[in-house]
Amino acid sequence: MLNPEAKLNPNIFSADLEQKPVRDGYGDGLILAGEKDPNVVVLCADLTESTRSEVFARRFPERFFETGVAEQNMATIAAGLGISGKVPFISSYATFSPGRNWEQIRTTIAYNDSNVKIAGHHSGISVGPDGATHQALEDIATMRVMANVKVFVPCDAVQAKKATLAAAQIWGPVYIRFAREKTPVITTNETPYAPGKAEVFWESKKPEVAIIACGPLVYQALLAARELEREGTGSIVLNNHTVKPMDEAKVVEMARRCGAVVTVEEHQVMGGMGSAVAEVLTKKCPAPMEFVGMHDRYGESGKPLELIEKYGMGVKDIKAAALKVIKRKK
Amino acid sequence: MELHEEKLKFLEETAVKIREAVIEMLVEAGSGHSAGPLGMADVFTAFYFHILNHDPKRPDWPERDRLILSNGHICPVRYAAMAYAGYFPIAELKTLRKINSRLQGHPHRTSLPGVETTSGPLGSGLSQAIGVALAAKLDKAKYRVYCFVSDGEHDEGNFWEAVMFAGKNKISNLTMLVDRNNIQIDGFTENVMPLEPLREKYRSFGWNVLEIDGHSFEAIVDAVNEAKAIYEKPTVIVAHTIPGKGVSFMERDYLWHGKPPTKEEAAVALKELRTLQGKIESEHQ
Repeated sequence: MLNPEAKLNPNIFSADLEQKPVRDGYGDGLILAGEKDPNVVVLCADLTESTRSEVFARRFPERFFETGVAEQNMATIAAGLGISGKVPFISSYATFSPGRNWEQIRTTIAYNDSNVKIAGHHSGISVGPDGATHQALEDIATMRVMANVKVFVPCDAVQAKKATLAAAQIWGPVYIRFAREKTPVITTNETPYAPGKAEVFWESKKPEVAIIACGPLVYQALLAARELEREGTGSIVLNNHTVKPMDEAKVVEMARRCGAVVTVEEHQVMGGMGSAVAEVLTKKCPAPMEFVGMHDRYGESGKPLELIEKYGMGVKDIKAAALKVIKRKK
Repeated sequence: MELHEEKLKFLEETAVKIREAVIEMLVEAGSGHSAGPLGMADVFTAFYFHILNHDPKRPDWPERDRLILSNGHICPVRYAAMAYAGYFPIAELKTLRKINSRLQGHPHRTSLPGVETTSGPLGSGLSQAIGVALAAKLDKAKYRVYCFVSDGEHDEGNFWEAVMFAGKNKISNLTMLVDRNNIQIDGFTENVMPLEPLREKYRSFGWNVLEIDGHSFEAIVDAVNEAKAIYEKPTVIVAHTIPGKGVSFMERDYLWHGKPPTKEEAAVALKELRTLQGKIESEHQ
């Protein structure tokens, strides 16, 4: 059953569940951050509406900078602002930022310890019709491998707002990953959220597998858990929204209790959140694992849910992975 | 900020000391770049000993002018100028590129107070300087931002993105100085990737352009003063320098871009510097 302490959306399993793009939470969070701290500034590379930076630009025009289609310049200007007392947020699609400007982020933001927040939009295959060029599937890996960078993957628009505000209030470089399409609003304003603290969203009486998910696929994980329970298999769903620094204690606790783990992410399984979980468990609590995500290939154009199904990240895939990993338990 | 005779003599003598320090650092380190640091020694001397509003004892003084070095590989000359200006002990220069040193092979902001940005990978300094200049404008701060760039790094796309941005946004509290020494690792800039006509390029991007002899203290100081008086545009000072300046066998030879002298070569170089290439008898001899 849903964990009552998570105070999730009560309509979560109803047909008229509210849907909202995760990126909307970026705009909302920027306004909150901008109101609280006059040093918050926002930069965007010609995607002001799409990244929801325009909400901030309208409210605080003097603190908004348009760089044109120039993600490398956006990152490096932000680096200069971030070492001069400002709290810059840079906004573009994740394939371009941190895709195209990875080295600038490494040298001038991360190694330089500049207080820049990197907002990577249009992440995952659910970007849909734009096709594989615009579907970021590597950004968790390329950001988490960078020393001095934190990685947040909010699961819905409400959590995205909280993550954006939290990033503004933490010193140092943070990468936040946002999705494009409307997805279920899973959490509420009352849902506990703190960077580095994973939340149990679902817990069966006798859990046999821990499903550790991040991003909008947390919803698919919950649907899978509900079906599994109906069919007699208990599970736990953990919303692992902070990939770095990861809530290691919680991840280990889940693996210890369940003895098997499935990770779920809209990202390449190589180097992604699942890999990060495996790095922790291999050392502290080895357990059989299955990885739901992209398996070493690119996406294509299509509708978001069609793509999620075709590329093996849907509810049935999560269920299959859960049953498979349970069988592997000795 | 006029330059009187006595100050000019002091700057000339200081620049020689800084060049000597560069040679000594490089031979001690056994790796590093020779030509660029020697070519920019006069510019660094002019800035650290005359132009910059700074306090070596308070490297984090909020009102200090910011000097951002984009082509981080010439950092030995910056380190030498900083040491002689009083930022840290001159003896520490010998730790360049060694383990546990604050003097990283390419400069790291948080390792050494007074180094404003981390640099080395090329083409990213100007945009960082723009960010610092924008912060100054938001804070209504009076400090000026100076950015030194190389000619070779004009090949980078990131660099021209920054040039466009500064022109469009009239970042006039920023002055850039281009070390126009005509060499890069693979050869002469005009052979590797032609930059000329450089002056016209900058003009068309909305910049105020000044062109000077990068070894003339008067010209450097005058150009910086002129740039301060221009409010409607950012200014670029194209400073023509001789790579390897002061050491005859290094001058204008791109093969000296990326290597240090041997012990024997260093001895010859130091003798040349101390005698101003044979023009005077050295007091050290």
